[in-house]
Amino acid sequence: MAASVLIAPSRNHRPLRGTPSCPAAGQESVYRAVNSKRPVNLDLSTIQFPLPALTSIVHRITGVILFIGLIFGFWALDASLSSPEGFASVKDALATNFLAKLIAWGLLSALAFHFVAGIKHLLMDIDIGVTLEGGIKKAQITVVVSAVLIILAGVWVW
Amino acid sequence: MVTNITNLGRSGLSDWLLQRASAIVLALYSLFLVGYLLFSPGLDYAAWSGLFAQAWMRIFSLLAFVSLAAHAWVGLWTVTTDYLKPTGIRVAAQSIIILAIFVFLVWGIQVLWGA
Repeated sequence: MAASVLIAPSRNHRPLRGTPSCPAAGQESVYRAVNSKRPVNLDLSTIQFPLPALTSIVHRITGVILFIGLIFGFWALDASLSSPEGFASVKDALATNFLAKLIAWGLLSALAFHFVAGIKHLLMDIDIGVTLEGGIKKAQITVVVSAVLIILAGVWVW
Repeated sequence: MVTNITNLGRSGLSDWLLQRASAIVLALYSLFLVGYLLFSPGLDYAAWSGLFAQAWMRIFSLLAFVSLAAHAWVGLWTVTTDYLKPTGIRVAAQSIIILAIFVFLVWGIQVLWGA
């Protein structure tokens, strides 16, 4: 039961509407309300997002960034394990090449945020802080902790 | 219940569990790698390749790569089904993602066993 409730947050970025793939309790009434003549505002650019919504969307964005960044991660792992020369070239790139440092920092930052926000998800899964106040507080902690980790990652890379 | 012919576990609950289990593996693997690199400042090729030559590290790495494949698919499936509404574009994007995941997985295995 907890599981099915907790899947819901990942769909919060979507406007409410009834779709065959997302049946929900009260779907019929929501569908009817959207189809009525009442004014609706589903223009995302005019809606102010609460902090938990922002951390949730950034969790998604960092996930996509990390997936694309796998190209660099696997390249570095492949090269560094292929030969002493390959290892030296990866080490040299990370020590001297500004672009390589920037990519490393960017990916470490995305990993830091995705990691912290993921821990937040796991805490919610075991019913810790599943309240409105708890959600806002955990979103604030996520931002602060990942900001600290991102700064530390920058210090590490440079 | 969320069912869809393109999601990984055929049910939302199954995807939910796969996402958590793979997340824990990936969290442990990234903590290990970051910790290892942090605490070996003068790392050389011998130590680095020696680490990946050990059976437990290869098992841990392969477990992480397989978890990565599952985790990336559940996550990117959710994102693509949420934001890419036209079926043609969504299926095209999902096909590219599946291909990329497959390439990463084979690439990872090749790196681990040095083909």
